[in-house]
Amino acid sequence: MEFVKKYPKLFQWLFLLVVFFALCFAIDVPETYKFIRGQAEFVKDPNQSSFVFLGKEVRYYAFDVFWRLPPLLGWLPIWINDSLFFLMNDWMPIEFWNEDTQEFRTRPLVLQISRNLTAFMTFLIELIREILLGGLETIVAFTSWDWIDKNPWAELPGLPWTIVAAGSAILAYKLSGKGLALFAGLVMVYISIFGQWKPSMQTLSFILVAAPLSFIFGLGLGIAAFKSKRVEKALYPILLVMQTMPQYAVLVPALVLFGVGDHAAVIITMVVAVPPMILLTILGLRAIPPEVIEAGRMSGCNNWQLMFKVLIPTARRDILIGVNQVIMVCFSMAVISAFIGAKGLGFNLLLALNQLNIGLALEAGLCISLIAILLDKMSLAWANKQTDYFGNLTFFQRNKNILFFAATIIIGIVLAYIGTFLFKGDYNYLFEVPHNKGISTADFWNKGVDWIFDTFFIYIKAFNTWLIQDVLQPMRALYLRMPAVATIVLVVGAGYLIGGIRSALVVCGLTLFIALSPWWDRALVTAYMATFGVIVSCLIGFTVGTLCFQNKHSASFMLGVCDIFQTFPSFVYLIPVMMLFGITDTSVLIAVIVYATIPATRYTIEGLRSVPMGLHDAATMSGVNKFQRLTKIEFPLAFPHMMLGLNQTIVFALFMVIIGAFIGTEDLGQYILKALSDKKGAGIGFTLGICVAFIGLIFDNLIRTWVDQRKKHLGIA
Amino acid sequence: MSEPVIKCEAVYKIFGENAKKMLQESNGNVDAKTFQENGCIVGVNNASFEVSKGEMLVVMGLSGSGKSTLLRCISRLTDATGGKIFIEGQDLLQLNNKELIELRRNKMGMVFQSFALLPHKTVVENIAFPLQIKGIKTEDSISKAMDMVKLVGLDGRENYFPRELSGGQQQRVGIARSLAVEPDIWFLDEPFSALDPLIRKEMQDEFLRLQDKLQKTIMFITHDFDEALKLADRIAIMKDGIIEQLDTPANIVLNPATEYVRKFTEEVPREKVLLIQDVMEPSTTHNLGDLKVLKDEIIENVAEKILTQEKTVTVLDNNKKIVGSINPTKIINTVFGGRKNSN
Repeated sequence: MEFVKKYPKLFQWLFLLVVFFALCFAIDVPETYKFIRGQAEFVKDPNQSSFVFLGKEVRYYAFDVFWRLPPLLGWLPIWINDSLFFLMNDWMPIEFWNEDTQEFRTRPLVLQISRNLTAFMTFLIELIREILLGGLETIVAFTSWDWIDKNPWAELPGLPWTIVAAGSAILAYKLSGKGLALFAGLVMVYISIFGQWKPSMQTLSFILVAAPLSFIFGLGLGIAAFKSKRVEKALYPILLVMQTMPQYAVLVPALVLFGVGDHAAVIITMVVAVPPMILLTILGLRAIPPEVIEAGRMSGCNNWQLMFKVLIPTARRDILIGVNQVIMVCFSMAVISAFIGAKGLGFNLLLALNQLNIGLALEAGLCISLIAILLDKMSLAWANKQTDYFGNLTFFQRNKNILFFAATIIIGIVLAYIGTFLFKGDYNYLFEVPHNKGISTADFWNKGVDWIFDTFFIYIKAFNTWLIQDVLQPMRALYLRMPAVATIVLVVGAGYLIGGIRSALVVCGLTLFIALSPWWDRALVTAYMATFGVIVSCLIGFTVGTLCFQNKHSASFMLGVCDIFQTFPSFVYLIPVMMLFGITDTSVLIAVIVYATIPATRYTIEGLRSVPMGLHDAATMSGVNKFQRLTKIEFPLAFPHMMLGLNQTIVFALFMVIIGAFIGTEDLGQYILKALSDKKGAGIGFTLGICVAFIGLIFDNLIRTWVDQRKKHLGIA
Repeated sequence: MSEPVIKCEAVYKIFGENAKKMLQESNGNVDAKTFQENGCIVGVNNASFEVSKGEMLVVMGLSGSGKSTLLRCISRLTDATGGKIFIEGQDLLQLNNKELIELRRNKMGMVFQSFALLPHKTVVENIAFPLQIKGIKTEDSISKAMDMVKLVGLDGRENYFPRELSGGQQQRVGIARSLAVEPDIWFLDEPFSALDPLIRKEMQDEFLRLQDKLQKTIMFITHDFDEALKLADRIAIMKDGIIEQLDTPANIVLNPATEYVRKFTEEVPREKVLLIQDVMEPSTTHNLGDLKVLKDEIIENVAEKILTQEKTVTVLDNNKKIVGSINPTKIINTVFGGRKNSN
């Protein structure tokens, strides 16, 4: 009893675990139960039970409720799907004037809006794409194909790659300095020489459309949320879900609403890229000292002046960090959108992976990574750049960057013109290096992969077999063996112990949604893969972070490495693991581990770093050694921040597990992938996405609540 | 004297959801404790006073005393819960948004404790900001702002950014910005509290020089009693939202109204604060000595001369007219005695 009184929390947790395991042993697996089967199957089978809700019939295999809950939400995907189709095809038919046929046509409102939006986006993308690469579409949009046939000269020529390369170097110079300018120039030259120019520019044009639009919407909504509590409350749940929703899952509804192609991808990219912009706008505006706002008011600003002349310029840095986020999200979406037919690097990557041409995939992946780093560094440099005074500079000094750019345009055109003589009858390499004419390293990489396989095949295979048979399979079986009720009790109990009744209710709601959906088993598989990834990632991340922290330089170096790795779109990580481990669960898990180790490492270093210097000195003066300082002072204080790292690790791991479906897993992600190629998949894909988001949110809620309490307890909130 | 520039009648500021209702029910008898039990916090409790043209009223109080809240009610950065505020006879609380903006653009200037400069604008742009907000052309506003730069002694630094200036310099920019529209009313919210002691003294002197020249109507907030004594025409001492005493510095030092005020006055070196006229006898006795002092002298400056006298000293005004007398023992009593709590 003494013990119980001394450690009440520990006792409560033990009690919870005892209840959990008791439930696990008490509830047997039903004999006829087949694992990993969707609970709501659309095939008719006399053994199935069924119910009708909202006019939708849901058929399912009924089992003991304690073992698996019936899929009471099975109607939801069907209902979402039907509603979408109804909206698109039947709702509010209105007459529209059709330019092509010169007559009125009846079309449902949403379809018409979607078509107009699509046309507008396509126009924007084509415009920028043709400025960069040349083409006809933009001029056609203003005239007609007949007109083009009569006027063969009317074609946007596209910019020679030399101009774009020099232009990005000049921009990088203006934003940061010589180092970044050199990097920008080299990246562009690399892209061009290795024949990735066209897909790279396609991807770039995608970002140039998606990012500004996302920025405008995000800023607008952020301002609205800052000004009105009601708007903020309405936006909050959406922002929360979008943070943990796999990017991949939102692609599915886009298919139904906007079809296949760049335009659909741009629109759906905005859905993903706007939330971080909103969050950072609100954050930035909130961080403005109240006295600055009062100073603005006392200067006689009206609301408009206050917002645009005082608040936004003062919050400039946070807002530009938001722009950085928007650009990075857009870029990673540009890659993933290849699944719904967006052109560019992602499309090439997907193609190469589908053909198992690792060499080509690596080339595309390298390009993607380089561009990602460049975009990240440039937008960050912009955010950190402070305004300089330029009133007393000469005209040349003030405009030197513009003048330089003008000069490069002329030089580039001249070079391209010279090129027409140099490469007579051949491709003009000074204008654009075509995709298949650049230097290709694909063969080299493919041979390398073959060599690795030939040399290390036995070891890799042995490792693979061991991991799958002795670690993964048992773990998976354990997870699947958990009765639904036991899992819910465990999660809700944890919620109650950490955050009280409120937390318990939130977590209970989220878990019930997944449990009542038809994919509980799949969700368990997702959870098992994520758990495995998170455990290994955290072990590696916490260790590496702690070791690196011992030395100032290694800590900064490690943070830099994390920065760089974090910019890569998650999809890229699949390339090297497929190269080494082929198409197995091991590959996915290794990709998960690599990807999720980044936040674990970063937060460990940051957490340890945030321990105040005064405490260090106090500890040293009390005569602690390095190890004591680490265990007695630094770890306890850094722990809350490290737990936030765990939170991020979970989100990263979930994202990667879902994308891993591409290699072939059997979890929720696999169903999302299936939904992508299913005409009626929108509802399923969306519901699955929400399931994944909710898994993330359960842990997010628990960890955040704990961290907040802990920080308050330590007085560092 | 004509109409007061600022006039407050029973101003209340109470934070909380039912503040307005609770204030009405209380019939002007606001007890902070009962309000707090109902989830309301009393910021300003029944403040009534007037500030006349060219006068400097210093509101002194410790943190949480409601002094800044009072200032924000009068500048209407927050709306008072009850009472009336008149600015040059205009009812402030009745103004609509547009009129309020007009008032701020033309009549009011405010200086902030943390300077509150715009980080993306240079010194001169910061100072020109209120002018540009008013819609004055850029060139005119910049040239006007340059005058202000000179006034506060920042010439040569007009193209610096706030981040490149020291605290004292930043506050000079804040002062120049608040003066740019040539306001009649000048609010200063603890303008020197964030500065080092030496810089603070320098800025106080600078401020007195400016006020001598500009003769604005001023409300000055501070938590520093010495600063209040040094600058004020009149001092209002606040505690828990209530104005404990509102009087001239000399009267506060000599006749503290409450125990709370007395605690502040105890440590004050009176000879440095009080003038001869504050302690002299208005009547003249026959037994006058040869020494004559001006009534505006600070005691400290003439104490040595007076104390070497045996007879009563004559006090003159600026026109050399005899207005009273002072006995050396009175000086000794004032400086060393007469403190109830002194041991």
